[in-house]
Amino acid sequence: MSSPPSPSPNRWFKALRRTRLGEPCLKTYPLECVELLKRARAAFQAGRTAKEGFRLAQLEAVVRMLVEHECDFVDALGRDLHKPRFETVVSELILVKNEALHAINNLKKWMQPQHVERNLSTTLDECLVVNEPLGVVLIMGTWCSPVQLCLVPLVGAIAAGNCAMINPPEYTSHTAELLHRLIPSYLDNECFHVIVTGTNDLAQIVGLKFEHVFFIGNREEAGRVAQAAALTLTPVTLVLGGKNPCYVDQQCDITTTAQRIAWARFHNAGQSAVAPDYILCHVDVKERLVQALKCCLMQFYGSDPRESRSFGRMVNLETFNRTRDLLWRSGKVAVGGQVIEAEKYIAPTILTEVVESDPIMQHEVFGPVLPILTVKNVDEAVAFINKQEKPLCVYAYSSNSKVISRLMSETSSGSFCSNDSILQSLMVVLPFGGVGASGMGSYHGRYSFDTFSHRKSCLLRGTRFECVTYLRYPPYEDRNLSLMTWASTLSQKSQGWCQIL
Amino acid sequence: MSQEQKAVARARKAFLTGRSKPLEHRIRQLKNLQRLFVERQTEISDAMKKDLNKSEVGTQLFETLGLEGEINLAIKKLKEWAAPRPVEKNLLTLSDTVYIQPEPLGVVLIIGAWNYPWAVTIQPLIGAMAAGNAAVVKPSEVCAHTSKVMEYLLPIYIDKELYPVVTGGVPETQELLRQRFDHIFYTGNSMVGRLIMEAAAKHLTPVTLELGGKSPCYIDKNCDISIACRRITWGKYTNCGQTCIAPDYILCEPSIQDRVIEEVKKSIEDFYTDNPKTCTDYGRIINQRHFKRIMAMTEDSTVAVGGDSDESDCYIAPTVLRDVKPEAKVMQEEIFGPLLPVLPVGGLDEAIKFINQGEKPLALYIFSPDKKVIKRMIDETSSGGVLANDCLVHYSVSTLPFGGVGNSGMGSYHGKFSFDQLSHLRGCLIKELKMEGVNSMRYPPHTPKKLGWARFFILKNPDLGWMGRMALLAILAVVAAVVLQVSYGGREERDINEY
Repeated sequence: MSSPPSPSPNRWFKALRRTRLGEPCLKTYPLECVELLKRARAAFQAGRTAKEGFRLAQLEAVVRMLVEHECDFVDALGRDLHKPRFETVVSELILVKNEALHAINNLKKWMQPQHVERNLSTTLDECLVVNEPLGVVLIMGTWCSPVQLCLVPLVGAIAAGNCAMINPPEYTSHTAELLHRLIPSYLDNECFHVIVTGTNDLAQIVGLKFEHVFFIGNREEAGRVAQAAALTLTPVTLVLGGKNPCYVDQQCDITTTAQRIAWARFHNAGQSAVAPDYILCHVDVKERLVQALKCCLMQFYGSDPRESRSFGRMVNLETFNRTRDLLWRSGKVAVGGQVIEAEKYIAPTILTEVVESDPIMQHEVFGPVLPILTVKNVDEAVAFINKQEKPLCVYAYSSNSKVISRLMSETSSGSFCSNDSILQSLMVVLPFGGVGASGMGSYHGRYSFDTFSHRKSCLLRGTRFECVTYLRYPPYEDRNLSLMTWASTLSQKSQGWCQIL
Repeated sequence: MSQEQKAVARARKAFLTGRSKPLEHRIRQLKNLQRLFVERQTEISDAMKKDLNKSEVGTQLFETLGLEGEINLAIKKLKEWAAPRPVEKNLLTLSDTVYIQPEPLGVVLIIGAWNYPWAVTIQPLIGAMAAGNAAVVKPSEVCAHTSKVMEYLLPIYIDKELYPVVTGGVPETQELLRQRFDHIFYTGNSMVGRLIMEAAAKHLTPVTLELGGKSPCYIDKNCDISIACRRITWGKYTNCGQTCIAPDYILCEPSIQDRVIEEVKKSIEDFYTDNPKTCTDYGRIINQRHFKRIMAMTEDSTVAVGGDSDESDCYIAPTVLRDVKPEAKVMQEEIFGPLLPVLPVGGLDEAIKFINQGEKPLALYIFSPDKKVIKRMIDETSSGGVLANDCLVHYSVSTLPFGGVGNSGMGSYHGKFSFDQLSHLRGCLIKELKMEGVNSMRYPPHTPKKLGWARFFILKNPDLGWMGRMALLAILAVVAAVVLQVSYGGREERDINEY
């Protein structure tokens, strides 16, 4: 850590510990978390987060924090992930700013109760759905995009009127420390807390009882989070990774396709949950695709990507070793393949002659290695994709809309994008999340607000017209039932049932 | 392979053939289900009489009428619900197609409850069918006759591979929970809800839990007490109090307690005669275990109305308890029986404070003519749903999502909400391989100029409406031309260098 930590009361709760490599980093012990949770809960119950003005002020503070400390974020992510400035600003900071601005512009509308369609008997009543905050929520981001994955859910939590505990990933220690230092200076100190814990403490933290747990990470950790949440009946949102397939059709513009795929796969040194994980390439265009990808890589990162300021590094030795092993034990290297352990550097690599049983096809590739498998036609591609677990994203590149349509309707995934990658996960208007093994629940924009709200149904009746209501009271008579059934068939032409209750 | 495993495997195989997806199939199955309720009313009512002593009219009113309405709604609206849902576009996606596509999840497990067995087991099934899923239906074994009838009737009307009925007790349910589902829908109590969620967590299966809680009922001293008490009496003693949204206990000021008790007593006599035991419209407690549990709750409170019981018949009279203390046995857990405790409180403030001390309930009732009082209650407490000046009927409004929060559950259903709860709403972005020039700003090598363009295009703009969008499109076209020019210029240079 280069800059000295700023003095603040939160510091008194923290103790230094050493990582496996001897780097000092923060840790918040579970006991301290209990204390912070109590404070957040007290602040929530006092009604601090209820007013629109408070929520807007917090959201504006988030935007200010990102604008005023852009250099600090670029610096921290550079140290943690060797992330180029462009990627930090665009994929981390601008994205969060977008979400915050979208929330600010729409908060009033979102907070309004929604009046719903009424039926015959409730015409004189008020039927509405009120969006209520849940309480104190826990947000656990993962290390591939630590700022974005912690702060985008936080924007939703704030907009919905909750208090929150944010748990940035321990692997990206500089970013975690930065968030831990900055958030108390910008956001309300009672309502929002940053805690830094290890993966071993996951279950214990979740067990402290929150009203919602939002987790982004890998499947194994998600299992522990879900189990701990079940014990306290805490609803969860899980956004997990998966092997995102990418189908390249014989009918497509190979140059453009290669550019878009290369950008998606190799940004952040491949450490992205939404990047295409492997390619299913039509056998007719495989050679041209590999060639085009090679050209793109040259264009993007030059002849030696190690020298390029636009190319990142693996976050730590563990992921470096894992990715390197997958690379060495699978297929044949067509492009790249160089590794340098001291720098945690793996060159942008393309593997060909990969088969389904190769190690790289058994695990999510969280690194700059792109395996290419060949398929004879769309049927084979669809069958292959459906044999695997449901991924976070399915991608398809083709200029034939029927092919796109088939890929979309015959597979299932969290989201789908044709002729590009990743963009659907950045849009504020689309729900982003997984399904099946890639997770449950979704967020972004209005969906974040809904995830962190309880939709409370309210039916407000009057005590007049008791003469009509009497039909439902005992003693039950066939005559009354016939009347009600008849009335309900009348209204069934509009909607609903139970017309005269 | 156990029976349960086989049923789930068959359902999954049937789902993977894709036959549950086409809208015609879904509508056909829903129509068949509809015919079941029209043609088999007698068998259904007979079983309900044996299980819960429900009268034939009562069964129709509370169980099947609602289901028929939901089926009709689903058939009518299915096309709309299942259609792609377009979303707002931004500057970068003006020329793309962006929408949300609802998709089936796969195989859903529906675990029903015993208090309204048809309503709470079949209503999620309607949602599952409408959403294009396969569903394994597990009716509650506690209402033995009804679950047998369900097991016998459902396969006659609807696809028996896609929608198998699995009956049995705890071991069979545990075996089912070991299998992998794409969603589990459970109605019941929070203790078992935890176990279900834990089992689901092993496969990372999402759950919808419709649990219970102590639904408070606040009576303002200025309301029309006679009408209020009549509605509360109806809500409380229907199905002998065994309703998840029954008003569990009353909070009112001491000055109106006597009047409230008087009015409730009058209503009980109106509805169930002065000997409810002989009244056909009054039900019974489901079994001995629950009978004993409920009777134990009366021990430390004063009985104001009713109180008599008959263990051999599982009969408990409609009972009102007065001057109940918060520490009383009857206030420690959800009653789920025909005991109505009245707790005197000083006013609205004290009532709100008391409610907030407990777990979040499934329903909250408030009787008051004053809109301000109702608004305070809504704003300052939390519950699954709120109903002012009546009981239970919010369940029947299919445009209102029905579900709990906190200890009373998670997720919601009814009407379109059932469809959405049991679907996957997939975000779809359909782009083309053109306009690559605009994309080039995101590719490495990264330059400050490209960063500037990125900021301009991506950062959120306020919504400009149609005219604004047209104007922006024009500017975009000009900008795109400029960028294309720049990038083509660059590419030519590089090509030359390669030679």
